Amino acid sequence: MYSLGIDIGSVATKAVLFDGDIVDRVILPTGWSPRQAGKDAVIELLKKNGINQVNKIVVTGYGRIAVDFADKVVTEITCHGKGAYVLNNKVRTIIDIGGQDSKGININKHGKVIDFIMNDKCAAGTGKFLEVTINSLGEDITEIDELTRKAVAEKINSMCTVFAESEVVSLLAQGADKANIIMGIIDSIAARTVSLLNKINITDEVLFTGGLANSSQITNQLTKVLQKKVKTDTNSQFAGAIGAAIIGWEELQ
Amino acid sequence: MKSITSLNDYFAQLHIEDLNDYGPIAIKNLKENEQKNIVGIYCVFTPTELISAANAIPVSLCSKNGSTIPDAEKYLPRNLCPLIKSSYGYAITDKCPYFHFSDLIVGEITCDGKKKMYEYLNELKPVHVMQLPQMNSHEIYFEFWKQEMIRLKKRLEKEFNVQINNQKLAAEIKLKNSERLVLKELYQLQKLTPPPLFGSEVLRLLNLSQFTFDKQVANNRTRKAIDKIKQLYQNGDKRISDSAPRILITGCPMGNSTEKIVKLVEKNGGVVVCFENCTGIKDKEDLVLENCDPIEALTQKYLNIPCSCMSPNDNRFELLIKIITEYQIDGVIDMVLQACHTYNVETLRMKEFVNIDKEIPYMSLETDYSSADIEQLKTRISAFLEMMY
Repeated sequence: MYSLGIDIGSVATKAVLFDGDIVDRVILPTGWSPRQAGKDAVIELLKKNGINQVNKIVVTGYGRIAVDFADKVVTEITCHGKGAYVLNNKVRTIIDIGGQDSKGININKHGKVIDFIMNDKCAAGTGKFLEVTINSLGEDITEIDELTRKAVAEKINSMCTVFAESEVVSLLAQGADKANIIMGIIDSIAARTVSLLNKINITDEVLFTGGLANSSQITNQLTKVLQKKVKTDTNSQFAGAIGAAIIGWEELQ
Repeated sequence: MKSITSLNDYFAQLHIEDLNDYGPIAIKNLKENEQKNIVGIYCVFTPTELISAANAIPVSLCSKNGSTIPDAEKYLPRNLCPLIKSSYGYAITDKCPYFHFSDLIVGEITCDGKKKMYEYLNELKPVHVMQLPQMNSHEIYFEFWKQEMIRLKKRLEKEFNVQINNQKLAAEIKLKNSERLVLKELYQLQKLTPPPLFGSEVLRLLNLSQFTFDKQVANNRTRKAIDKIKQLYQNGDKRISDSAPRILITGCPMGNSTEKIVKLVEKNGGVVVCFENCTGIKDKEDLVLENCDPIEALTQKYLNIPCSCMSPNDNRFELLIKIITEYQIDGVIDMVLQACHTYNVETLRMKEFVNIDKEIPYMSLETDYSSADIEQLKTRISAFLEMMY
């Protein structure tokens, strides 16, 4: 018996196959059609594992409403809570930074969401913010850790993605070092995230999930600003999909 | 007309706008055919009994739709509560029929934004501003507010060339109390498990009574609605699941543009069983005392409305203690309009009260009259409801 969890984010679609344990996972770019991306992820996962069908499909993420093959649709807040708890059951706060939003989620000792906070109406502090500003430097988002290894942050003042982009351009014009500008962008994301987290109580271990958790520089900076160890997991980006798969699995039991 | 065999039928066939004695047409008739004076009001702090006793018709002015905000922003700052901007926008564009037919506007100083907006409004229509005390805990505030009641009484008498005697006032108090009682009976149906109505339906029926200006007619309408709902419910018409999370909406006035929140709750598996706001129960729970001096009775009633403009606003918390138990509330959504400082600041106390004292989930949503935040609200509200399963 299998359950399948799909997290269709604004940038990447993650899918996890589950049989009481994580069997396999895939990640694909979401592209312009969240529905197609979800479908492709299912097909790829089934093919890779030589399975014809699964017993339950739970879909989450911003594209969750676009699919027509879901047995259940759950918000990414509940799924990230569940997924993070399974990755580390000592975790009580989750920082999830994805392509278009950032969230702080508090869970109790049973992995149930008890409080959450979400950015509103604005891309400040999200993956999109990072992508737009990094692209304006002609660099790729996956290279930021490498690029900033010895960097000293330039101050980026603007929280607004559009204004920050022009700030980056003028810093370049003033001859600032590219790596230092990128470090400044990372600082800005960490500062924005921590100010969001101030609205919820952080009582215990903190896990960083979502695509930006792949960056150790962002994780370190969050730890520094939050003055609390922020952990990640090799499955951090899959936390939402794992949570979705488990919710499906629990319904099968 | 199809016969009504279900609650869904009942609401599908309830064309409020087509009813006689309702809404803009009724106000036009009252003004033009019956030569009544019309008094526009904005807030539940207005003692409507005094207006009725002056033989005038109190009517709530338009303030809950975002379509007039761009017009208002030509004159008012953008960073202002949408309710104030919408109200002013309606007034200057003459898009609110009730404002159009009003002979006098009565406004209360419930916040700084409204206070200053009334100054501009006065250039369009005569505005009588009541200064509301910001505290209700001491007799000096009672005395102050009583003087404001008397000042309004005198203004109405002068404006409309009438005498408001105690007998007439007592009769209007009785009538308005009867409206409160029948509306209470209506919204208290939501204490049932499962609730018979969706929150959006409760709002429609409250609106029907609010804009039916002959209160005898209004009360009969509400009474008929209650009887029909009870009958269909008792016949087994239960549309809402027993396990649907029962949501209390509290906070700023709601309606029209902000009904997006009610819709999102109810589209995502929850049901709004109570509205602790000015659109809902805030002004209806307490009656005006009938066996004492009518001016003092009005003073007491209106000074104790549990609005965040009062400091401290303990009455709101006392009311919530009662509601959360009686309506078996599973989660509280505190809707705050952008730039409504008092309700916004009060969210902290409210969150602690709901989370710690009542041990149920709480979420505050800051919103405005636009639909720009619909997707965000959808995720937040869905996740909030998921916390209750």
